[in-house]
Amino acid sequence: MSDRMQVLVAMSGGVDSSVAAAMLRDEGHEVVGVTLKLWGGESDSGCCSVSDVDDARRVAQQLDIEHLVFNFGDDFMADVVGPYVADHAAGLTPNPCIECNRHLKFDRLLVRAEALGFDAVATGHHARITPTSSGAPRVTRGVDPAKDQSYVLHMLTAAQLARVLLPIGGLTKAEVRVRAEQLSLRTAGKPDSQDVCFISHAGGGRSRFLGDRIELRPGRLVSLAGDEVGTVESVQLVTIGQRRGLGLAGDGSPRYALDVDVAAGTVTVGHADELLVDGESIGAFTWVDANALEQVRAGGSVTAQVSAHGEPLEVTAVQVSDHEGSTVSVQWAERQRRIAPGQSIVLFDGEQVLGGGIVFRR
Amino acid sequence: MCTATGTLGKVSAYLDHAATGPMRPEAVEAMMPFLTDRFANPSGAHRWARDARRAIDEARDELAELLGADPGDVIYTSGGTEADNLAVFGATRAAAREPGRGQPGIAVCSAFEHHAVLDPVEHLGGRLIGVDHLGRIDLDELADELRAETQRANAGEGPGVRLVSVMTINNEIGTLQPIDRIAKLVRRHAPEALVHTDAVQAFCWTDIAHITRNADLLSISAHKFGGPKGVGALVARPTATVHAVQLGGGQERDRRSGTQNVAGIVAMTTAARLAAAEREANIERLGALRDRLLDGLLATVPDIFETAAVYVDGVSDRTQRAAGIAHVCIAGVESEALLFLLERAEVFASAASSCASGAMEPSHVLAAIGVEPELAKGSLRLSLGWSTTTAEIDHALAAIPGAVAQLRRFNV
Repeated sequence: MSDRMQVLVAMSGGVDSSVAAAMLRDEGHEVVGVTLKLWGGESDSGCCSVSDVDDARRVAQQLDIEHLVFNFGDDFMADVVGPYVADHAAGLTPNPCIECNRHLKFDRLLVRAEALGFDAVATGHHARITPTSSGAPRVTRGVDPAKDQSYVLHMLTAAQLARVLLPIGGLTKAEVRVRAEQLSLRTAGKPDSQDVCFISHAGGGRSRFLGDRIELRPGRLVSLAGDEVGTVESVQLVTIGQRRGLGLAGDGSPRYALDVDVAAGTVTVGHADELLVDGESIGAFTWVDANALEQVRAGGSVTAQVSAHGEPLEVTAVQVSDHEGSTVSVQWAERQRRIAPGQSIVLFDGEQVLGGGIVFRR
Repeated sequence: MCTATGTLGKVSAYLDHAATGPMRPEAVEAMMPFLTDRFANPSGAHRWARDARRAIDEARDELAELLGADPGDVIYTSGGTEADNLAVFGATRAAAREPGRGQPGIAVCSAFEHHAVLDPVEHLGGRLIGVDHLGRIDLDELADELRAETQRANAGEGPGVRLVSVMTINNEIGTLQPIDRIAKLVRRHAPEALVHTDAVQAFCWTDIAHITRNADLLSISAHKFGGPKGVGALVARPTATVHAVQLGGGQERDRRSGTQNVAGIVAMTTAARLAAAEREANIERLGALRDRLLDGLLATVPDIFETAAVYVDGVSDRTQRAAGIAHVCIAGVESEALLFLLERAEVFASAASSCASGAMEPSHVLAAIGVEPELAKGSLRLSLGWSTTTAEIDHALAAIPGAVAQLRRFNV
């Protein structure tokens, strides 16, 4: 990968992708920046607003590289926002950033880059691509544990990784900011993007966003024994494992959402120990390559990450229940709190991603 | 830059003159004194100020003549968008101030106006009139709308139509609109309404004086005909009262406050003079190059469609459109991707209008004339201007088929 390449860098207007573009340029690659216009609606800036496009363009000008804007708004609506709303309507807890990576950054953009003659697409994710002992590429944790984003890149296959560069995964966030300051980039001090980019806090947040698109219905809180213990304003906004916002505080024994049934309009609540499970079932599992699947089938040791910045969990057994490896169940070494259906679980071999998928509803 | 030979000695084709074009060298020369020695403010009370004032007054006389208007009709603006906004907001506000009226009146425009008209009309809650698949306003629908609103007004049930705005030439697809017939309909069915036309794309391609004859208000923009950016004019005939949108020092007879762009106005007038003098010759020369380009593309690129084409005996009749605009839709490609490959091949063109972010938005013009959304994604506008050469056209003809083929291999 050290040869001079033509690289299309996805520039969000943030400091990470700004520095990614600068590093590739300094390595001698022919770099073109592109900002994806994904969301035409209201936002709190996030990755979609015009001011972010302005930031990305200005950084590209400072770096003396070309800058393009691709409007993938239709795809974003179809592949990210629509499913996000539909999942909530079904009582799931989706992760739209993962779907954006899956469908937009590493499918739509990757294909277009190839069609335009680029050798690779680069992003400013805090993750690395390292080889296995046999040389196969793996998404690998970034060196800054607090910023590691390998979890949200778990869907990348080896074929895609051959055309992807993650230049800043070897830097800490502090080092990224120092580089940006050295280059006098206007994004050097820009705060990290937070939350879901297409939902505006000023515009009422998640409940308003979903309430404008689906009918949010009140729900009953019931105990495992079936007794009604309270109500909740919108059953579709409850996430399994949630404690706050259920209106059940104060009796000294915190209770959590154990299950959500949108059709019945009920949220089952219980104590923390009732949230504990022995394992999880995962669907739509994607493996980085066939070797990763074989390695797990053969009983190789793995850890699992169940949220964007969660600690890796010890796994005692992994069962792969179909030929393609798309349905997987994991057994925890120690019982863990349930993972909300719709969230992703990613399997690692040490620092390297083997694959990941979406937690099934029980 | 804007010749057939680019900076690196490579052949370039700049085919985005409908967006903007290079200034005429004579216009650059004409503006220079007013950027240097003759810099004074035309509103001032001293001799240097009077020198600047004289320059914009002389320019106003000449521009008025070229536009078929009286000098007092010409309101200098910062460009086409301001002229359009002043027409729509200014005319409806003036109506609201009329004694015994108190209501602004309805603004009506075609569905494929430039956003500089469309957005003000929509802001005022106005009406949009449909456009047919050949890129012409639906005159029957316009007449129906005007009749209905006039009846409502006469019955005391509505404010009536105050402004009808239809562009002289559509900026994306280049179709010429029948301003004379539109004016007749307005005079007959809504006699209190004013006719505005956004003639921003028209100056090089049609005799504006002929258009002005039928309009009460007309917008132009200097950089579309070899002048500088940031200057334009609204022609407001004596039949049209416009109230200022921008308040301040009361320049332009209280219709547009703000110090006039003296250098820009002088350069605009010089460019207008040249464009008008060369209009007939350019229509012939550039129309032939446009045909060479379009016919060449239609012959070499599979599944390409000339937008809003009018066929007479199997031959595309392009007489009712701007000689300098070629618009096609190419099946199975996306404009964003195509434009990038074209710029790599030193062909500079455009697709639909761009938004502030630089992202390409789906074209409301193509939607209005009924182009399928899938096909509209592959839109390409190639626009010619005074500096366009045969070599540029041939360079584009050589580059485009290969770029299309490359994208089709990836289906993007």
